[in-house]
Amino acid sequence: MAGRTLYDKIWETHTVERLSTGQDQIFIGLHLIHEITTAPAFDMLREKGFDIAFPERTFATVDHIVPTDMRSRPFLDSQAEELLKALEKNITQFGIEFYGLDSHRQGIVHVIGPQLGLTQPGMTLACGDSHTSTHAAFGALAFGIGTSQVRDVLATQSLAMDKLKVRRINVSGRLPEGVYAKDVILSIIRKLGVGGGRGFVYEYGGSVIEKMDMEERMTVCNMSIEGGALVGYINPDSTTCDYLSGREFVPKGEEFKRAVAYWKSVASDADARYDDVVNIEGSAIEPTVTWGINPGQAVGISEKLPYPEKLSDPEGAKRAYEHMGWQPGSPILGTPIDVAFVGSCTNSRLSDLRAAANIAKGRRVHPSIRALVVPGSTEIKALAEKEGLHQVFTDAGFEWREAGCSMCLGMNPDKLKGREICASSSNRNFIGRQGSPGGRTLLMSPAMVVASAINGKIADVREFA
Amino acid sequence: MSTVTKIIQVTGTVIPVRGNDIDTDRILPARYLKEVTFSRMGEYPFFDERFDQEGKAKHHPFNDPRYKDASLLFVNKNFGCGSSREHAPQALFRYGIHALVGESFAAIFAGNCVMMGIPTVTVSFNKMEELMKLAESSPKTVYTVDLETSTLSYDGKQIRFDLPASSWNALVTGAWDSMSMLRANLGKVKGIASRLPYMTGFRD
Ligand code: SF4
Repeated sequence: MAGRTLYDKIWETHTVERLSTGQDQIFIGLHLIHEITTAPAFDMLREKGFDIAFPERTFATVDHIVPTDMRSRPFLDSQAEELLKALEKNITQFGIEFYGLDSHRQGIVHVIGPQLGLTQPGMTLACGDSHTSTHAAFGALAFGIGTSQVRDVLATQSLAMDKLKVRRINVSGRLPEGVYAKDVILSIIRKLGVGGGRGFVYEYGGSVIEKMDMEERMTVCNMSIEGGALVGYINPDSTTCDYLSGREFVPKGEEFKRAVAYWKSVASDADARYDDVVNIEGSAIEPTVTWGINPGQAVGISEKLPYPEKLSDPEGAKRAYEHMGWQPGSPILGTPIDVAFVGSCTNSRLSDLRAAANIAKGRRVHPSIRALVVPGSTEIKALAEKEGLHQVFTDAGFEWREAGCSMCLGMNPDKLKGREICASSSNRNFIGRQGSPGGRTLLMSPAMVVASAINGKIADVREFA
Repeated sequence: MSTVTKIIQVTGTVIPVRGNDIDTDRILPARYLKEVTFSRMGEYPFFDERFDQEGKAKHHPFNDPRYKDASLLFVNKNFGCGSSREHAPQALFRYGIHALVGESFAAIFAGNCVMMGIPTVTVSFNKMEELMKLAESSPKTVYTVDLETSTLSYDGKQIRFDLPASSWNALVTGAWDSMSMLRANLGKVKGIASRLPYMTGFRD
């Protein structure tokens, strides 16, 4: 009999029952919530008079609507204030642990879960946010859900789910200098398409992935959803266990040893059967930048912008060119930018900030550029300041902000204006995503964002060594 | 005893919205997620594509009077990709869209739809192209999505569509409103929890 994947194993240990619909009822080990997408779920519970099945397995924070310059309450935006008040009311009424603006544990939900050690291998984890796939970097089955599913998790600590197929993605070889985890995932999405993962769970592996630290792995898994895969996981190994050791919610002593044994046991068997296998050569990956309006519309920094007729979706490419206002055949290198953003749940962790500071050190942001660095959590902010990274950034002309989602999406005061072009370390370049319907987003690694901020136009970070 | 609503048929005219990979940020811009309830979402579908900064209506199928009062939506590939926001299908539903026909749907979006009782059925690229053309040239055509027979019928024609078996079951048996069904097994859920090492603190 062929071996089993991590997905098979977790599915099996978490199946409550086969439902009449043919789906499986899957136990959810950890539930994370934030101020968006949850209020109607609590209302639905109240309507039915249900309580929360496992209140101790839901943790809440606030991230999307947080102003990152001045966080005093009430917020200037009365809608944002009301939304946070609704969350505060709900967590109080239902007895849920909450890391609010006054907590040192506050931060982007996908940053703080791993940081606190809440996220662990072998568990199922759900959150009303598509980038929940980030947590799968630990070998967890972690996925985003809608509001009605948030309601189901609150009321039953379980979900009705269909089992998916598993695609193994091997990234072999070594990454060249100046090429980061972000470039790896952008290349994967470019190759397989933004809808390529539909119906699949991704398992990332191969020497490039194995060599990555946990923060790099989180960057890769974060964007699984951009490739259309609900979950993209990495098998737990000693890198995973070392990262978790000593964190607040991770067991200590004898319990930790047992945990490590359990975590390693959930990894896919060496002879596991996959429904599909894709191989990617790491040494062929370049610093990668998106040029269009979905994360699959990307090119290597030395390439020219593609001709629509050469792509699988010419109509989509034409629409992208219409919005972005550039021409096929021209280089992406040298495209002028207006804004530079380092942050988001993809790239706002300490190692991202270090990589960004490395390029920023001793240099100056181009005078025409608005540039900001937004740490992913209050703790990361403190750690970065201890190392003096904030000094490097402010000396270079970056604004140094409080933790939150910031310019990743237009729900807080950090927004693009008009037709501004933004070099961004976030994960979505959708039309309007950064808060202006005419705004333009180019996704890239934090180091590339900084290099571009300094040049005032899209730069090649390899020239900044 | 909760009431069970079976979704068997959706009948009506259609709005065709062409384009692959239409993401949920386009379907419902993020700023509307700041509302505490879903109640006004029906005012916002495709808002930034329908109106310019001054609030002037732009050219968009949702603004086209020929498609007024439609209850079906035709789309292309990977519709609803991106953010998990249920506000997107809520906006469509509250606008009046009760079924979607497309080439394919993104996973979270399709899941959200089923949980709201909205069928998202798929047909081939070629069929979709025909349907789009017909919808655009003859907007009065009435279509019926019939789950019992898995067919879309219009103008005396019938074509078969696909829908994942579990979604089909959930809709036609009324189990799409899953909370009560899941809640009935709460005892078993607790049993699973007591057997998972991470739920018991990895104690011996
Ligand atoms: S940083 Fe962006 S993608 Fe991540 S949770 Fe916040 S809004 Fe979503």
